[in-house]
Amino acid sequence: MSIQPDGRYLDDRPYEPDPGTEARHADMDMANWRLIFRRFREHKLGYFSALFLLISYLSLPIAGFIAPYSPNFRHADHLYAPPQGIHLFHEGSFIGPHVYPITAEVDMEDFSWKYIPDTENPAKLQFFCEGNYYKLAGLFRTNRHLVCAPEGATIFLFGSDRLGRDVFSRILYGAQLSLTVGLVGITVSFVIGIVLGSIAGYFGGFLDWIINRVIEILRSLPELPLWLALSAAVPSHWSPVAVFFIISIILGILDWPGLARAVRSKFLSLREEEFVRAAEMMGAKPSRVIRKHLLPNFLSHLIASATLSIPAMILGETALSFLGLGLRAPAVSWGVMLNDAQNLASIEIYPWTAIPMLPIIIVVLAFNFFGDGLRDALDPNRS
Amino acid sequence: MAILRYALFRTLTMFATLLVVSVLIFAIINLPPGDYLSNQINELRATGQESGIAKAEFLRKEYALDRPLWEQYLIWMGFAPGPHGFSGMLQGEFGWSFEFDRPVSEIVGEALWLTVLVNLAAVLFVYLIALPLGVLAAAKSKTWIDYTSAFIGYLGLATPNFLLALMLFYYGHKYLDLPIGGLMLPEYEGQPMSFEKMKSVLIHLIIPTFVIGTSGAAAMQQRLRANLLDELAKPYVETARAKGMSEPALLTKYPLRVAFNPFVADIGTLLPALISGSVLVSVVLGLQTIGPVLLTALKSQDQFLSGFVLMFVALLTLIGTLISDLLLALLDPRIRFGGRGQ
Repeated sequence: MSIQPDGRYLDDRPYEPDPGTEARHADMDMANWRLIFRRFREHKLGYFSALFLLISYLSLPIAGFIAPYSPNFRHADHLYAPPQGIHLFHEGSFIGPHVYPITAEVDMEDFSWKYIPDTENPAKLQFFCEGNYYKLAGLFRTNRHLVCAPEGATIFLFGSDRLGRDVFSRILYGAQLSLTVGLVGITVSFVIGIVLGSIAGYFGGFLDWIINRVIEILRSLPELPLWLALSAAVPSHWSPVAVFFIISIILGILDWPGLARAVRSKFLSLREEEFVRAAEMMGAKPSRVIRKHLLPNFLSHLIASATLSIPAMILGETALSFLGLGLRAPAVSWGVMLNDAQNLASIEIYPWTAIPMLPIIIVVLAFNFFGDGLRDALDPNRS
Repeated sequence: MAILRYALFRTLTMFATLLVVSVLIFAIINLPPGDYLSNQINELRATGQESGIAKAEFLRKEYALDRPLWEQYLIWMGFAPGPHGFSGMLQGEFGWSFEFDRPVSEIVGEALWLTVLVNLAAVLFVYLIALPLGVLAAAKSKTWIDYTSAFIGYLGLATPNFLLALMLFYYGHKYLDLPIGGLMLPEYEGQPMSFEKMKSVLIHLIIPTFVIGTSGAAAMQQRLRANLLDELAKPYVETARAKGMSEPALLTKYPLRVAFNPFVADIGTLLPALISGSVLVSVVLGLQTIGPVLLTALKSQDQFLSGFVLMFVALLTLIGTLISDLLLALLDPRIRFGGRGQ
C-alpha cells in the first residue's frame, strides 16, 4: 500500500484480473443460442429427452435397416409368437448372440398358439445380412439388415401379431408415421397461429375482434369429436400418404388457437415499444415490422410452447387410428398397431400386442420434458 | 346488479357462439361427398333392388335432403319451414336416423343423461385429485413428494386414454372384481331409475371416471402448483411467517385463495378435454353414452344423428364454460366490474 502524491491509496501488488469477471466477460461475448444451450443442459431430464428424440428422429430413415423384417411380411407359421430373448451363453459357454428356434403348437384346451423353444439348437444371429427388400431412406432399394435370424429360426424381439408380423419391426416402421405426424401438424398450426395471431395483435380493431371470436369458439369445442368428424370426411380410397397428410393437417388446424392467443398477447404488449415506433417511422411496412422486429423477440419461446403441443398430436393420431378413422392398413403407425390390441382377449392372451404403447408413452414423456427444459432455458427471468 | 347483467351478457354470447358452432358442425358433416340416402340409392341401383329406391327417394324428400345445402341448414335448425313446416332443432325435432331407422331423440335418449353423468363425475374427480396434490406439491416443493406427484401427473398425461382404459378394465376385473363393459348391468337397461340401478351405475362409473379424469388432473395439478409457488414467493407470505403464523393456516388463508382463481377459470379448457376423452373412452369401454353413437353415425354419414350429437357435445361444453365464467365473476370482483380480457 502506498500513498500517491495526490493523496490516493494504491495497492502495490501486481494487477491480477479477477477470474470471476473474466468468466462473465466470456459469457457476454457468447452467442445467445450457446447461452441457452448451456442453461438447457442443466435441465438433465430435458437434455436426455432431447438426445433421445434426436436419435429417434435420426433413425427414422434407416428404420428398414435396423428392423429385421419388413413391416407387412407375414410369418404364416408364427402367428402370435411371444417375444424371443437374445441369449449370449449356451449351456454355460459363451457362443455369441443367438436365439432359440420356436415351433408352433395349438393348445387344444383353449385354442391358442403355444410356442416351444428348441433349446438344443441355438441359432446364431447374423449381422449385416440379407433379408426382405426395402427402400433405405425411401431412395435406395436394398436388402441389407443390421441383424437377422439364420435360416429356420426367427427373431421376434417383441413377439409377432395376429398375422405373424414382427411387432418390433412394425414399431420401427410405425415410428416413421407416428413421429412425423406431430411435426407436420405443428408446422401447420405454427404457420396459421403466427399469421393470424400477429395480424390480430398488430392491427387490432375489427380484425382482432373477428380472430379472437374464432379462437374462442375453436377453443371451447372438444377436439376429439371434431377430429372424428373431419377424419370421417376423408375419402377411404385415398392413398395412405394422402390420408397421413390430411390427418396431420386436421390435427394442426384445430391446434392453432392456443398459439395464436400467445402471439397476440405478446404483440399487444410489444406494439407500443419504442423500437417498433422507430421502425415504423423509418417507413418499414407492417409485414417487415412483424417479421424483423417483433417475431424474433419471442420466436424461441413460441418454439418451446410448440414442442409441448407435439405430444398431443402424436396421441391424437394414435387415438384416431385406433378408432379406425385415422391411418389405415397397409400404412403402419403405432395407432394402427394398437387397433389390433383393441379387445380384452388379446391383452389377456397375447399381451405383447399392446407393446406399441410403450414407445408412445416414452416419446410423449420425452417431448414433455424436452419442452419444459427448453422453456426454462429460454426464460430470461430465471434465477 | 352488475352480476346479473354480466350473466345475461354471457348467456347471450353463448347462444351466439352456439349459432356459429352449428354452422361449423353442419359444414363438417356435409364435407364428405354424398349423404347416407344417396349412398344407399347408389348401392340399391347397383344391386338392382329397385323397390328400395322409392323409399329412399321418399325419405330424401321428407327430410329435404334434395334441397341446396344452405336451405338444408336452415330447415335443420328450424329457421325455415321444411316439408312439414317448422320442425328443426329449435322446435325440439332432432330428425331421423337413417342408420338405425328410428328418430334421433329415441336413440340418444338415455345416453344424454349418462354422458352428462360421466363427465360430471370426471370433473369432480379431477378437482378431488388435483387440488390436494397440487397444493401438497407446492407446499413441499423440491422434495420427493413434489417429484412423485409430478411424475404420476406426467404419466397420466402420456398414457393414451384408451389403453389405460383397457388395462384398468382388465386388471380391475381380475383383482378387484369390478364389472366389465357398459355403465350398468344389462338387466337395468331401459328400466326406470331405481336405487339398485343407481348402485349398478355407480360401480360401473369407477374406471371410466378414473381414466377420463387422469389426463385432465395432471395439467390442472401442475397449474395449481405453479400458481401457488408464485404466490408463496411474495413478501406477505414472509411477513406472515415472521409473525409466527402456523404453516397450514398461512397456506390456506391467502395464497391458496389467490391461486384458486385460475383453478376455477380452467374449467373452460378442462371441459372440452374431458368430453373429448369421454367420447374415446366410451367407445373403448362400450359405455352407453353418446360416444359410440357418434362414431357409428360419423362412419355411416348418418347426418341428423351425428349433427345432433355434435351439437349436444358443443352445448355441454359451452354451458360448462358459462358456469365457470359466472363462478369466477362471483369469486373475483375485478372480472365482475371490469370488461372481460382487458
